[in-house]
Amino acid sequence: MSIFINRDTRVIVQGITGRMARFHTKDMLEYGTNVVAGVVPGKGGETVEGVPVFNTVKDAVSETGATASLVFVPPPFAADSIMEAADAGIQYCVCITDGIPAQDMIQVKRYMMRYPKEKRMVLTGPNCAGTISPGKALLGIMPGHIYLQGNVGIVGRSGTLGYEAAAQLKEKGIGVSTSVGIGGDPINGSSFKDILTRFEKDDETHLIAMIGEIGGPQEAEAAAYIRDHISKPVVAYVAGLTAPKGRTMGHAGAIISAFGESASEKVEILNAAGVTVAENPAVIGETIASVMQ
Amino acid sequence: MDIHEYQAKDVLSNFGVTIAPGALAYSPEQAAYRARELGGDSWVVKAQVHAGGRGKAGGVKLCQSDQEIQAACEDMFGKKLVTHQTGPQGKGIYRVYVEAAVPIEREIYLGLVLDRSSQRVMIVASKEGGMEIEDISVEKPDSIVRSTVEPAVGLQEFQAREISFALGIEPPLVQQMVRTLKGCYRAFRDLDATMVEINPLVITGDGRILALDAKMTFDDNALFRHPQISELRDKSQEDPRESRAADRGLSYVGLDGNIGCIVNGAGLAMATMDTIKLAGGEPANFLDIGGGATPERVAKAFRLVMSDQNVQAVLVNIFAGINRCDWVAEGVVQALKEVQIDVPVVVRLAGTNVQEGQRILAQSGLPIIRATTLMEAAERAVGAWSNDLKQATRVRAVQ
Repeated sequence: MSIFINRDTRVIVQGITGRMARFHTKDMLEYGTNVVAGVVPGKGGETVEGVPVFNTVKDAVSETGATASLVFVPPPFAADSIMEAADAGIQYCVCITDGIPAQDMIQVKRYMMRYPKEKRMVLTGPNCAGTISPGKALLGIMPGHIYLQGNVGIVGRSGTLGYEAAAQLKEKGIGVSTSVGIGGDPINGSSFKDILTRFEKDDETHLIAMIGEIGGPQEAEAAAYIRDHISKPVVAYVAGLTAPKGRTMGHAGAIISAFGESASEKVEILNAAGVTVAENPAVIGETIASVMQ
Repeated sequence: MDIHEYQAKDVLSNFGVTIAPGALAYSPEQAAYRARELGGDSWVVKAQVHAGGRGKAGGVKLCQSDQEIQAACEDMFGKKLVTHQTGPQGKGIYRVYVEAAVPIEREIYLGLVLDRSSQRVMIVASKEGGMEIEDISVEKPDSIVRSTVEPAVGLQEFQAREISFALGIEPPLVQQMVRTLKGCYRAFRDLDATMVEINPLVITGDGRILALDAKMTFDDNALFRHPQISELRDKSQEDPRESRAADRGLSYVGLDGNIGCIVNGAGLAMATMDTIKLAGGEPANFLDIGGGATPERVAKAFRLVMSDQNVQAVLVNIFAGINRCDWVAEGVVQALKEVQIDVPVVVRLAGTNVQEGQRILAQSGLPIIRATTLMEAAERAVGAWSNDLKQATRVRAVQ
């Protein structure tokens, strides 16, 4: 097992004819991801890297039986594309797009609630690097070769910081079950807590690495959830100890505005919940290795 | 994006929020003229800067004559106002707002924010107006009323009434309060705000509910659909380096240290800053050059970082995923040949084709200090900055 995706997962790429989407479609196919269709309104009938393009997600799903989607659509239209996927019966959607208006995401989240829980699509992102189950499938933009297959589940907000963690693990010969990016935006599809729940139930995941940063309540909420509901060991790192209050640090969500949102407060809250916190980003791999023993 | 008080009042009044009569002025003479136009016998002169805490910092003055207005303005125009929100460098005063003074009976705090826990718009209000919300939540936490808005239907009348009664608004004024709350919500939603704050919202002696101050912040990601809001941008209130960076698609925040950072990815950029601190240094900036570390972007980033006079060493940390390290290395070499840099430069590359990248750096003939891990990079940058010249060969301009 792994979470969300495996070798057989049929994947569509929304916005597949864009430059970035073409590039990553090729990369995902090479990795072994089962990309079965693309969707771009008005470009139905074309092909990209041998993948057929459809006008609507509904058409793509009914023709190919796809259950997962990767959204590369530009920010003004991305929310609409996510809702289209939810309506067409896609079960898991990753949105890579950076720069979606926050209120569009509020609408998306509200829209997804109209489906009963068992049929409701799970969204991760936006503004994330995607999800990878090493050796099985890659649904995103991360370089596949930096991940070894193994038993650490990674969940993080930042793309390149997640790569850093995976590379440090590889250096130590430690592999990853699934790595999920939840993105750097204030309104996101899934929170740390949502992903932790999945890892807890996944047999292949023995340890969970949580890579947070300043801003927002999701790390503190995750800490309470870990204390009460997670039996597997959790190692965390929180970026932004040197970030000043009130300034947005790159990610739209990375701004300290309340208690529990600064890096040091998050570290304190996580420590209190029994999470092992790596003191600096250079020792994430080392800390995980020592907890695994 | 932030806007000025007078702009926020103009926006909110279009949504049915009542404001006191007021007018904008660009000079002391104009301010005095505006006051005469408004009539009455006392006015409040308010410095227009993008920051709260203006009152305590001397940016709000009650005046009762032409002379007093002129004198208050002389103290403001062209000066930097330093409040707890501006940082020590302060923000320049180039406009003032002259407003008719009103008899205040009660002050209320009203704020609308994007609540990240419920992932909805939340209304936050308190009877304890005039204080900062941070102070209210510490000193009078029980006075805070919260209500989240269901996005499908928007703010309902009953919610607005509940808030009004919880704030102790007299029944005859509840309808006015409901109108104010609904107006604020509609402005927030229709214009893609991320924050609306009226502090204080006042009840006057003659039974009116007025927004005496107003702040609005807008979602930068949504400005594409609100050109009329984009026009309200005032660059004089922004850090010039940050706005120059933003115009070039880079995300930059200036800090007080002296080790410049060039990193791809916001999370990794923050982690790099933390590592510099751990190694005993202080980062000079946050800088995320984004996904594509092209030579042009790297060169722009070097120019930007070097425009800070305090920078005494530069640390480049690129985790190349899709962009291979050899390509990034070529970018760094090209940038160093274009941009005049007279401080030590430490480069750490990781990811795809890292050996090839290292080879390009080594063979460039440029005195680049190389590092393989994040910690090593931070230590070398701090070491170079502390003038350990054995390690820190200076990079000279190769024009």
